Amino acid sequence: MKNVLQMAWLIPFLPLVGFLINGLGRKYLSKTLTGIIGSGVVLGSFLISLYVFFNVKHGNTHVAHYFDFVNIMSLNIGFDFQIDQLSSLFLLIITGVGFLIHVYSTAYMHEEDSKDYAKFFAYLNLFVFSMLLLVMGGNYVIMFIGWEGVGLCSYLLIGYWFKNNDYTNAAKKAFVMNRIGDLGFLLAVFWLISKLGTTDFHNVFDNVAKLSTTDITAITLLLFVGAMGKSAQIPLYTWLPDAMAGPTPVSALIHAATMVTAGIYMIARSNILYTMAPTTQAVVAIVGLATAVLAATIALKQNDIKKVLAYSTVSQLGYMFLALGVGAYTGAVFHVMTHAFFKALMFLGAGSVIHAMGGEQDMRNMGGLKKYMGITQVTFLIGCLAIAGMPPFSGFFSKDEILAHTFEKNPVLWGVGVLTAFMTAFYMFRLYAMTFLGKFRGTHEQEHHLHESPKAITIPLIILAILSLVGGLVGIPEVFMHGGHRLEAFLEPIFAGSNALVTQHHPLSHSTEYLLMGISVFGALAALLYAWNKFSKYEKTDAEETGFGKVLANKWYVDELYDTIIVKPLQSVAAFFNNVMEKKGIDGFVNGVGKAVNYGSRQIRLLQSGHVGTYVLLMVVGILILFIVQMFL
Amino acid sequence: MQNLGLRFPELLIWSPLIAGLLCFILRSEKSSKAVALFSSIVTLLISFASLIYADNKYLSGLTDQYVWMPYLGASFNVGLDGMGHLLTFLTAFSFPLIFVATYKSTYKNSAAFYGLMLLSQAGLMGVFTAMDALVFYFFWELALIPVYFLCSRWGGEKRIQATFKFFVYTFAGSLLMLVGIIYLYFQTQVASGSLSDHSFALNAFYNLRLSFPEQYWLFWLFFIAFAIKMPIFPFHTWQPDTYEQSPTAVTMVLSGIMVKMGVFAVLRWLIPVFPAGVEKYQAIVVGLSVFGMIYASLIAMKQDDLKRLVAYSSIAHIGLMCAAIFSSTQTGVQGVMIQMFSHGINIIGLWIVVELIEKQTGVRKISQLGGIAHKAPVLTIMLVIIALANIALPLTNAFVGEFMMFSGLFTYNIWFAAIAGISIILAAVYTLNMVQKVFYGETNTLTGAIKEIAWNEKIILAVIVVAIFMIGVFPQPLFNLTKQAVLLILGKGN
Repeated sequence: MKNVLQMAWLIPFLPLVGFLINGLGRKYLSKTLTGIIGSGVVLGSFLISLYVFFNVKHGNTHVAHYFDFVNIMSLNIGFDFQIDQLSSLFLLIITGVGFLIHVYSTAYMHEEDSKDYAKFFAYLNLFVFSMLLLVMGGNYVIMFIGWEGVGLCSYLLIGYWFKNNDYTNAAKKAFVMNRIGDLGFLLAVFWLISKLGTTDFHNVFDNVAKLSTTDITAITLLLFVGAMGKSAQIPLYTWLPDAMAGPTPVSALIHAATMVTAGIYMIARSNILYTMAPTTQAVVAIVGLATAVLAATIALKQNDIKKVLAYSTVSQLGYMFLALGVGAYTGAVFHVMTHAFFKALMFLGAGSVIHAMGGEQDMRNMGGLKKYMGITQVTFLIGCLAIAGMPPFSGFFSKDEILAHTFEKNPVLWGVGVLTAFMTAFYMFRLYAMTFLGKFRGTHEQEHHLHESPKAITIPLIILAILSLVGGLVGIPEVFMHGGHRLEAFLEPIFAGSNALVTQHHPLSHSTEYLLMGISVFGALAALLYAWNKFSKYEKTDAEETGFGKVLANKWYVDELYDTIIVKPLQSVAAFFNNVMEKKGIDGFVNGVGKAVNYGSRQIRLLQSGHVGTYVLLMVVGILILFIVQMFL
Repeated sequence: MQNLGLRFPELLIWSPLIAGLLCFILRSEKSSKAVALFSSIVTLLISFASLIYADNKYLSGLTDQYVWMPYLGASFNVGLDGMGHLLTFLTAFSFPLIFVATYKSTYKNSAAFYGLMLLSQAGLMGVFTAMDALVFYFFWELALIPVYFLCSRWGGEKRIQATFKFFVYTFAGSLLMLVGIIYLYFQTQVASGSLSDHSFALNAFYNLRLSFPEQYWLFWLFFIAFAIKMPIFPFHTWQPDTYEQSPTAVTMVLSGIMVKMGVFAVLRWLIPVFPAGVEKYQAIVVGLSVFGMIYASLIAMKQDDLKRLVAYSSIAHIGLMCAAIFSSTQTGVQGVMIQMFSHGINIIGLWIVVELIEKQTGVRKISQLGGIAHKAPVLTIMLVIIALANIALPLTNAFVGEFMMFSGLFTYNIWFAAIAGISIILAAVYTLNMVQKVFYGETNTLTGAIKEIAWNEKIILAVIVVAIFMIGVFPQPLFNLTKQAVLLILGKGN
């Protein structure tokens, strides 16, 4: 083809091939081979993504059309891939972090028997494939294919250990909650089709002027419902913490590189629509911030190491939506990137800890692991510093950008955001201190077993730690260095339309910016040190949480609330339909008619008496009736 | 070759008809089974050939026409348009699958069993190709009556009640339709010189100039007849009982193909004939269908019997098809076309899995099963794929159809589409529940002894899975096949 980017189909195709080989050959492949194929295909995609990225960087963007998916007069949907700044950046994150997670899994999952091992890698590959499809799709329909695809893969991977009923429940919950969001997404797409007759990004964004404000607001809100499901925002976030049921690398994949960032990507992709719908923007910002706060409060009281990380993900995603809501699209994408590094790092680190502890996930039984697991500890500390927003770690730059933009828009939102950042620092260092500091609180058997993880685990940790450390340098704020925000410059074409629409823009003065930065850094530092100090001396107690702590430990009872206001009423309606309306109502009526006919025919049979006289009489009566009818009509 | 093209509709009818009669004559168990399988494959080959010769234009001018009862104005007029091609192919494709999948089942008096099955296939072929109302009616009954016998003689414990209900519904529907057909017949005008004053020809019906009040009541005669067949709420209660009680092979025919008779009949014999009726009652029908979708989905959540679960899930899916038809949009009706085919394949796949489980464990109760995934991973993978197709996951065949049907419905009315959309979520709930309870978890005494499926079953399920993905990724050929038919239906309908 004329354009080299036409070959971008290879990027999702390779993981698909990996999925097929590992899936179909699971009985015949050795574990080594499975691991090489599974990781190798993602590495291949990563290399091609790099090539694509540098092409895009030199200004070569492209929409590749492969074949007609649906082509009828009223609707035309092509199987198209859109290769531009935004998608190429996401490709790097997905395949890069994804590759490290694959390598990690070769060691982490090594105790599975070879068939399940192959199944696991097949699912991981399928996951990456779906996510790549989502990101590369050139229209909302192809995006939706990947969108539901990642939902399916999370279902398969969360329920990977399918013997356990709790795990399969968690898997089902993830799928169903995602589907609720997906319905919103679908309705938005239908709305676009009915108004514009197209789902192509280019056509939609070029024709936004044809849409009324109501249309745009409704479409963006519905798309946001989709994002709530996929990116775990209030009210559809409860599946994500439960998704911890899956093997730890899966959690890393879901939380860092794929899936949950889909909602951010979609809104960033549709930025022009959102910029034109201030109402929706406000909703997005408030829901995002509320989620950030809520999840952070819950994280304060969790004792399961993966649960803390899960709620921190929900909380960080809230920040990203806050960024989208205040129009800081670059900031949101920036935070997706840095978060992918440090959250993948922390999940894989947690996996390393769990591995060493023989499957133990309760932090109350950990402690003092520092001396047994040097690399895990150091890399984990870097991750914690990054998420807490300590300079010069990557999280500092992205979080600072989001908070600065929020302050421009509304200082109150900023205040809540900063408080949440303090909480983040607190609970992350609570986690760190309870796990790595103090003295070991587990059993002797566990203590004997403690060891640093093998290289396939530690090397990805080291790479991710380096990225968490330096990843923020692509977005150095203007106050520090003129022209330092290279990410913003790179993404400029994507958000140009939105930037042009924002008429008034008051950049913060340098002194204000330094002040804000100072507040958030020193506040977080204080929270961090407090937690460090408090939880390095943590002693195990059997005391139950009381009062407000209990509410937090029980996650604000949101699951119970949903059960009462949605699940149970729905079940009662279903029972009513099934037991009363269907069986007694409709079926009762039909059976009644059947019986009546039966009865009637038995009675009518009596008329066939054989008396000619009766027949004649009836005939005469009949004719008379006909005559009478004839006369009156 | 033009002439060969003309013969296809006839061949599609004669091949199963003759084979069916042959079964009755042979009376031997082994040979009737072989005849059935062989003839179904021959029919499939004929159907393949007809697709190769398929002209995408509406072929009403190119039909087999024999003067049948000239004094009545009826002729044996059969032909294939895009929709006919699609559904005859579905019929031809499904029967070999059904015969192979149930090849190991033995039936007492199996010659009669296979004979009736084949007669029913001939009837279906006739329905999908008829270009004359009397021929249509004849084949409609030819397709249904064998099913009545099949269910009542080879069915489960409660077969008598089930067939009684089936009969009451079906008979009522057919009667209404017959009255309607006769009324329409008397309204037709025919060029002078023919033996009769009126005609049963499809074109004569299409050219009718009916007054609005006439259209209004005739609409209901036909609609109720077809609504029972589809079935649409509240005419649906025969279906779960009949599916549950019929032998699985018959259930497959009923759900895979026969419900499409109703959908097909609405598209061919109702929408174009009563445009004013459609316009007036559109909202009522869409409302009923949408309510039925939610209603059936909720009831499906409460089912413990696998067959009843699939039955209610099917009612929900058919409801969407009906709603999309009456949305009167090109996108919606085009979605119905592809979905008729996809639904047929998927539901047959589901029945095969149900049959395999029942054959090995002797039960169909979800609550008594569990852990099958350990024992039969291949069966589980196949089932999961088919189940995902059943909930219209993207890249499976049902997604394209449902997407377009919902899109059409949305264009007609946002709220109907939004409410109907809830069924997407409910479908995920009941389907995944079923997968979880039957296949995941620990095995129990019933499922502990289950074995992996045999190679012939693997092949059949693999064929279905491949078809699911092929249509799911490349649906365009099916659109090309039916595009003209859709335009014609709507061109007359609007």
